[in-house]
Amino acid sequence: MSPLLHVKNVETYYGNIRALGGVDVMVEPGEIVCMIGANGAGKSTLMMTICGSPQARTGSVIFDGQDITRMPTHEIARLRIAQSPEGRRIFPRMTVYENLQMGASLDNLKYFNEDIEKIFTLFPRLKERQSQRGGTLSGGEQQMLSIGRALMARPKLLLLDEPSLGLAPLIVKGIFAAIKKLNEEEGLTVFLVEQNAFAALKLSHRGYVMVNGQVTMSGGGRELLANPEVRAAYLEGGHH
Amino acid sequence: MVYFVQQLVNGLTLGSIYGMIAIGYTMVYGIIGMINFAHGDIFMLGSFAALIVFLLLTSLFAGIPVVLALLVMMIVAMLLAGLWNWTIERIAYRPLRGSFRLAPLITAIGMSIALSNFIQVVQGPRNKPIPPLVNSNFQVLGISISLKQIVIIVVTAVLLTIFWYIVNKTPLGRAQRATEQDRKMAALLGIDVDRTISITFIMGAALAAVAGTMYLMYYGVSVFTDGFIPGVKAFTAAVLGGIGSLPGAVLGGILIGLIESLWSAYFSIAYKDVATFVILAVVLIFKPTGILGRPEVEKV
Repeated sequence: MSPLLHVKNVETYYGNIRALGGVDVMVEPGEIVCMIGANGAGKSTLMMTICGSPQARTGSVIFDGQDITRMPTHEIARLRIAQSPEGRRIFPRMTVYENLQMGASLDNLKYFNEDIEKIFTLFPRLKERQSQRGGTLSGGEQQMLSIGRALMARPKLLLLDEPSLGLAPLIVKGIFAAIKKLNEEEGLTVFLVEQNAFAALKLSHRGYVMVNGQVTMSGGGRELLANPEVRAAYLEGGHH
Repeated sequence: MVYFVQQLVNGLTLGSIYGMIAIGYTMVYGIIGMINFAHGDIFMLGSFAALIVFLLLTSLFAGIPVVLALLVMMIVAMLLAGLWNWTIERIAYRPLRGSFRLAPLITAIGMSIALSNFIQVVQGPRNKPIPPLVNSNFQVLGISISLKQIVIIVVTAVLLTIFWYIVNKTPLGRAQRATEQDRKMAALLGIDVDRTISITFIMGAALAAVAGTMYLMYYGVSVFTDGFIPGVKAFTAAVLGGIGSLPGAVLGGILIGLIESLWSAYFSIAYKDVATFVILAVVLIFKPTGILGRPEVEKV
């Protein structure tokens, strides 16, 4: 089986500053894969590089057998790569409902009614808030909306950038349970980056560790959890 | 009282025209954060397109019904102005997107000068009159309302309704609002941002062209400098209403129309522009974002 996503030796720059220095990542269909690493390691840059914004300077990004390295961002999205990006990026002056409609714009709302019910079952809070403006939601609600909006695109690959950031532990648990459920029941492929290494590794089939724009370690989720170096760097001193 | 109501009607007519132009300023500002200073000249161009179509129609088909003539003028003007504005965005603004903020602004001023000079060269510097298209006058309770005024107000109302519907209820409008609020996120959701921006320029130009046609019908004359004063007034309207806000643009336009005609009626016609700008200054002191503008604070 060929991987769904293959990031090959990618280097990304902001001006002259190298943010990614030769990253290799592979995600098989049906997998949950995570990338853990400290603040500023380049995790979000990797997510955005996959979506072509910014584009990789060298190396290539292959999705479903197709080279998408030089494709414009909106065309990459049309291949069904959906991202819940860093900072959540909810449209603040659109209602929750409209934000979800934006997520479904690829199919011109063809499956909208069917899919929105699924999202509302997954995140009942969004149903209560559907006519509220996105900018007025709490952080946790925005996170749910951001993930819900990405799911509305019927993605082949779901990219999640720090789904746990700034959320109460109970909400993190709920969101991670929802991701697991989607993966098990619908075979959704997920690639997430996280600072919350413990929760992310527990959820994932495989994981990578990123330090200063480079992948330093990779392995099974449980395997990395047990690894002394990972434990020392990311897990000891409490689960953030 | 009758005199006052009469001035209200006059002001509303003028305000409708300003409002239609102001929408183009405010939409472009909303979506890419620049003031398209060439927009007033797009309005003037639309008025000239309507004028040329009028001359062609009357010389080719004498006795063509006025309604049909106006409709054809309006549609051709909309298409041409849309094409012009699309071209301007494509060749003059898009390459500068992402450079420092003043660059597109200066280019827009350059474009404005280029357009009005172009019309001056190809159409001549003199006023171009047309015979009155619509003549009837109605007397309602002592107030004289011309059919022209009714046409302008009705056309404005209809177009604004269509426009409101597009922006608020269609996928295109959603894409425009999404692009306005977060361009990068819109792209991540599969929205072709460049295309959405182009369409916004075309839509704004089309409205300005309708305003140009109405202006030509109302005053019966076009001249290459027409882009400047009405353009600045409409820009003022957009700022007064709150730049970036569509209802604000219409409200600002109508307010400026009313201020102008009431001031001219009761005080001095020579100082009407002064009055307009004084009120703008006063509003901006107390409400810097304009009447319906939103404060730039968002909950994160």
